[in-house]
Amino acid sequence: MMKKQVSTTTMNPFVYFLINYSVPIIFAIVVAFALPLSGLSVNNVVRELMIRISRNTFLILALLIPVMAGMGMNFGIVLGAMAGEISLIFITDWHIVGISGLLLAMLISTPIAIIFGYFAGIILNRAKGREMVTGFMVSFFMNGIYQVIVLYGMGNIIPISNPDILLPRGYGIRNAINLLSIRQVLDNLIPLKVGTIPIPVATFLFIIVLCIFIVWFKKTKLGQDMRTVGQDNEVARTSGIDVEKTRVLSIVISTVLACYGQIIFLQNIGTMNTYNSHEQVGVFAIAALLVGGASVTKANITNVFIGVILFHTMFVVSPRAGKELMGQAQLGEYFRVFVSYGVIAFSLALYAWRKRVERENERRKVMDYRKSILVKN
Amino acid sequence: MKEKIKKIVEIIGLPRIIIFFFIGSLFVIAPIVGVRIDSSLNDVIVRFGMNGILVLSLIPMVKAGCGLNFGLQLGIIAGLVGAVTSIELELRGFMGFFTAIGIAIFIAVILGFLYGILLNKIKGDEMVVATYIGFSSVSFMCILWLLLPYKSPNMIWAVGGSGLRTTISLQGYWFHVLTDFLKINFGSHIVFPTGTILFFSLLSFLVWAFFKTKTGTAMAAVGSNAYYAKSCGINVNKMRMISVILSTVIAAIGIIVYQESFGFIQLYLAPLYMAFPAIAALLLGGASIKKASIKNVIIGAFLFQGILTMTPSVMNNIVQSDMSETIRIIVSNGLIVYALTRKIERER
Repeated sequence: MMKKQVSTTTMNPFVYFLINYSVPIIFAIVVAFALPLSGLSVNNVVRELMIRISRNTFLILALLIPVMAGMGMNFGIVLGAMAGEISLIFITDWHIVGISGLLLAMLISTPIAIIFGYFAGIILNRAKGREMVTGFMVSFFMNGIYQVIVLYGMGNIIPISNPDILLPRGYGIRNAINLLSIRQVLDNLIPLKVGTIPIPVATFLFIIVLCIFIVWFKKTKLGQDMRTVGQDNEVARTSGIDVEKTRVLSIVISTVLACYGQIIFLQNIGTMNTYNSHEQVGVFAIAALLVGGASVTKANITNVFIGVILFHTMFVVSPRAGKELMGQAQLGEYFRVFVSYGVIAFSLALYAWRKRVERENERRKVMDYRKSILVKN
Repeated sequence: MKEKIKKIVEIIGLPRIIIFFFIGSLFVIAPIVGVRIDSSLNDVIVRFGMNGILVLSLIPMVKAGCGLNFGLQLGIIAGLVGAVTSIELELRGFMGFFTAIGIAIFIAVILGFLYGILLNKIKGDEMVVATYIGFSSVSFMCILWLLLPYKSPNMIWAVGGSGLRTTISLQGYWFHVLTDFLKINFGSHIVFPTGTILFFSLLSFLVWAFFKTKTGTAMAAVGSNAYYAKSCGINVNKMRMISVILSTVIAAIGIIVYQESFGFIQLYLAPLYMAFPAIAALLLGGASIKKASIKNVIIGAFLFQGILTMTPSVMNNIVQSDMSETIRIIVSNGLIVYALTRKIERER
């Protein structure tokens, strides 16, 4: 045990690289095997991938800012997704169609997302060092609150008049809502085709703008403060940064971005499962980011893009590969779920293990130093 | 006076007080809206017996400082394999029940051992990693349930002839063997499941007794202060390992008792979220991330099941719609969030 711990610091750089990037490397290998097995043509895979990249990247980018502030993977982006869904219910009720409907949805959802994010941020401040598991439980808890609002409040206290989205009993929203009025309005806003593959230019523009925003944000005063907070709470405090406020802000920004991300995601899908659409948002976004080689303390835009490509290629090919390999498509479905959870489990465990090794090394150094002083005296 | 009330609220915890009042008012309203108290009470007792052991399984890990066992599903998986195998062997009655437990314990020890090794490597981050270990092992088992070569026609899909069904009936195998053991009828609405309660009491007693032994005391010492324990010559990692194995084994037994009472084995994604209600029940009983006792298990399981049984029946009669699922989500997850955000003030 002891020997192993010492050796991690003096490990040769190649092995260190392998451990650091073990998740993307393993993933790339799996995808490389599954791709030919699935029997899908390159054209098909690229077309499918293009859709998936355009609809998922925004959500994954929403995770970056809390990582900067040292709060780990923000499982609370589910809250943002809920805010987005609430606003989509409203615009569907008001029959506002097209791109104006989409923009209005984003506008309405912003204050809701800010409130949700503020709530989550305050709770996470009370659970320092346990942000991830707490964020995860907060998203479960808020799912209950969301049900109270949407299943019991809407049509009752909150006026909803459209009978198409209300349950037959007169209040509460139906399980599935057809978003025909805004379906793919963003994707098709600027039509472009390369070969036979349609490219959703406007969606990509949104993503690029967000990337630029994140790069710019890192350089602002607030961004620098967040990085300091992420490095060390105490150092940040002594240099006059309001640590609590900065942490809450990072969660609020992330929640608002996730809310826009979910709206973009749903306009592509075209239907909304009122009570399930948000459930897996956190898991899939976080798994994709980790597949891109990010860790709990370090994540950048490159990780997002590598992750979204690798993770979703796997998503596209695994059901087909499962069918070809074992004769059961269901197998591939379960495999996808397993991989998503497994990647998160593996990355988090790897990170926790390394953190502990580093901590013990540090302690040993201090001990050695003290011993050397004692010997001198 | 105000200070005093504040202090009491601080000690008991605001969410718990709210829930106590909630349950209290449910019991008051119940007879008014025409819900029979005695049959509800009976439901609570039956469900208590069903879920009690799963809640109990959390105790060793909390005591050894491994936190709340969000990876409870590992034990559940061991229990499921045990149950399915015992049916495959066509064993019935107590024979089938105890064979299931035997196989489950064997698998739980192996899984718990591996789980323990992992948790020892990631001290301090047990909970978040365990959550995802639980999730990923459940989804991994989904693949295995499809592929494992079980043959019993009562368990596999009728169409295709391979792969286990999502729910398997225990009727004719060991359905209610424990529940009906020495059962007592009070009037027409109360059937006391003596066997289940006895079994729960026995396991609780064993856990209690274990923590009086030398190993048990050492384990509790590790939980309250690992550095102190280490300086006393206790092998911290070994103690944690034992606690993890113990928790996993008890969870495996717990799920088998659950199935025995419920009547069905639920496979595939059914166990995915099973850790949370158990954890919420323990917390409701007054436990924290660092402290838990058998008392917490009994009070917690009883109150939590109380909410689950009373809310639907009472609510249905008042508002004509079933809010119980929503209330369950808010209560159970709210309790866990509350426990996680609480400063661990009594940590010495």
